[in-house]
Amino acid sequence: MSIRIYVPQDSTALALGAEAVASAIASEAAARNERIEIIRNGSRGLFWLEPLVEVETANGRVAYGPVSAADVPGLFAAGFQHGGSHPLALGLTEDIPFLKQQQRLTFARVGITDPLSLADYEAHGGLAGLRAAQAMRPEEIVATVTHSGLRGRGGAAFPAGIKWRTVREAASPEKYVVCNADEGDSGTFSDRMLLEGDPYCLIEGMLIAGRAVGASRGYIYIRSEYPQAWKIFNAALEHARAAGLLGAAGGFDIEARLGAGAYICGEETALLESIEGKRGQVRAKPPLPAIAGLFGQPTLINNVMTLASVPIILAKGADYYRDFGMGRSHGTLPFQLAGNIRHAGLFETAFGLSLGELLKDIGGGTASGRPIRAVQVGGPLGAYVTPDDFDLPLDYEAFAARNAMLGHGGLVVFDDTADMARMARFAMEFCAAESCGKCTPCRIGSTRGVEVIDRIIAGEAREKNAALLADLCSTMADGSLCAMGGMTPYPVMSAVRKFPSDFGLGG
Amino acid sequence: MTEDPELARLIAAHPPRPDALLPILHAIQDALGYLPPQATAPIARHLNLGRAEVHGVISFYHHFRTTPPGRHVLHLCRAEACRAMGGADLEARARAALGIDFHETTTDGAVSLEPAYCLGACAASPAIRLGDEIIGRVDAARLDALLAEIRQERAAGETA
Repeated sequence: MSIRIYVPQDSTALALGAEAVASAIASEAAARNERIEIIRNGSRGLFWLEPLVEVETANGRVAYGPVSAADVPGLFAAGFQHGGSHPLALGLTEDIPFLKQQQRLTFARVGITDPLSLADYEAHGGLAGLRAAQAMRPEEIVATVTHSGLRGRGGAAFPAGIKWRTVREAASPEKYVVCNADEGDSGTFSDRMLLEGDPYCLIEGMLIAGRAVGASRGYIYIRSEYPQAWKIFNAALEHARAAGLLGAAGGFDIEARLGAGAYICGEETALLESIEGKRGQVRAKPPLPAIAGLFGQPTLINNVMTLASVPIILAKGADYYRDFGMGRSHGTLPFQLAGNIRHAGLFETAFGLSLGELLKDIGGGTASGRPIRAVQVGGPLGAYVTPDDFDLPLDYEAFAARNAMLGHGGLVVFDDTADMARMARFAMEFCAAESCGKCTPCRIGSTRGVEVIDRIIAGEAREKNAALLADLCSTMADGSLCAMGGMTPYPVMSAVRKFPSDFGLGG
Repeated sequence: MTEDPELARLIAAHPPRPDALLPILHAIQDALGYLPPQATAPIARHLNLGRAEVHGVISFYHHFRTTPPGRHVLHLCRAEACRAMGGADLEARARAALGIDFHETTTDGAVSLEPAYCLGACAASPAIRLGDEIIGRVDAARLDALLAEIRQERAAGETA
């Protein structure tokens, strides 16, 4: 029997040399006449250990990492193909504390299975949710999602069940399910990891959603910055069609659309415009997409994480999912530890852990070894928090109460060398580059914002310009059509308030 | 009609519906490396759109370019997770080494430099993208080596 060796084909693993490692293992095995089978899995999400190579043994999977191609002959010499000891050996993968401490519901299979094997998917619990849904009436599916407490994981945290019910109850012969995979927030990569590591989970979620709301057609919009996710997900769609899961036989089909480098297309109405072939400009609401969305029809639009959480809810029941978490934040959130952090990676856990525990105990502090100075939570539109906020529980409401947000679960860590005035300027610069241009506060305000911050940094009438910046930010917050202009003030003003000395301001 | 047959073929492969516009633009850019100005009119005709509408879409999206790219397209991530790990210094270094700014191509046609706002490699920052390959944890030495490699290839091309 040949030995099974797992080498991830996740984008970030590849960005750290996984392809060269896979080739080195194949050629070394051939040279040594060892019979091996290399499986290209998704990533376990322990990126400081990538490329993480796993070997299947009688006791379970044993991990080695971070492996470079140059390490491969030595690994074979040490008998790693039988779980032999080596300086890069990490023991049983499942026992690595970072993994062991997680509660993986949405990411249950990511890194474990062969992403494109439907047999592997089913063997690890896949399709159980769909089968349960097929035995239910559509209203019951909606009721289950509602009762689970699942909220939109894209960032807005709107209760998913209410959205589903609205689309379900909208009368129209044509409805759509749209998956938002335009994961543009810096510091986030959970959608990408799932698209690359467990694509059938998302397909299953979309199939369930289609049945629940009465749609026979789905779209997924994947950003062009994710070429690997695009490739793997499209291959998964083809396999699913060939297996009769999608297409005429399944009564539901999914069309993948590729974005074109516009952050704003992550905003749901801009995304719909983009699928329709237009400039990705935000639509005024109402009407809500649930009433008049894609091509003017009722449309259920959800983030990858939302839809990928649905199969387990249907498979294990609403109560199972609902019992994780705290307050009104039910279930789990795959947190993404990014930037200057020692254990950078994906950590899925129930809501309720404190921010400090996540960053220090789990994340191990900064990669540079210096003190943490600021953390941007929830993407480029999220506020900067400081170690003073480490007591905050990871909960939507607790963050909102402190003028911050969890958003899509990304945390970008900065050490004490960070210049927060520069980061505030960047937030405005990013908004200017990515504004869709439809509303004035965002389009013009962001450019004026860069100029005002430049004047503050240059020391020109600092107090007066700081007042002007605060005024500009409140105009953007109150007058913008969507979160792009409406929330850019969060990182900007949190930086001003918490790090006035970086701006040369008294305080 | 003296239409480019390659363009005509790429356009005709898509249904004549307005929502085929982005897929058509991707297909042309994937095949030719950019969207030549003469592509606008036949796309507009095929989709029953105005040329201004097609131009408006092309100019809206950062991914689409209307000039031929260099032999290599280098995207540097400018976003927060990369800045937290020295992305801004890397950006300055690349600009200085290549002598160009973003959206420009070196005069010898070797490299086009483009900004990216997140490549999804935030756990291996700073990250860059060369063609379709994403490279993580790039430091000054790694960037210099990569640029040298591209230059060497260029020198080899010139002597050939």
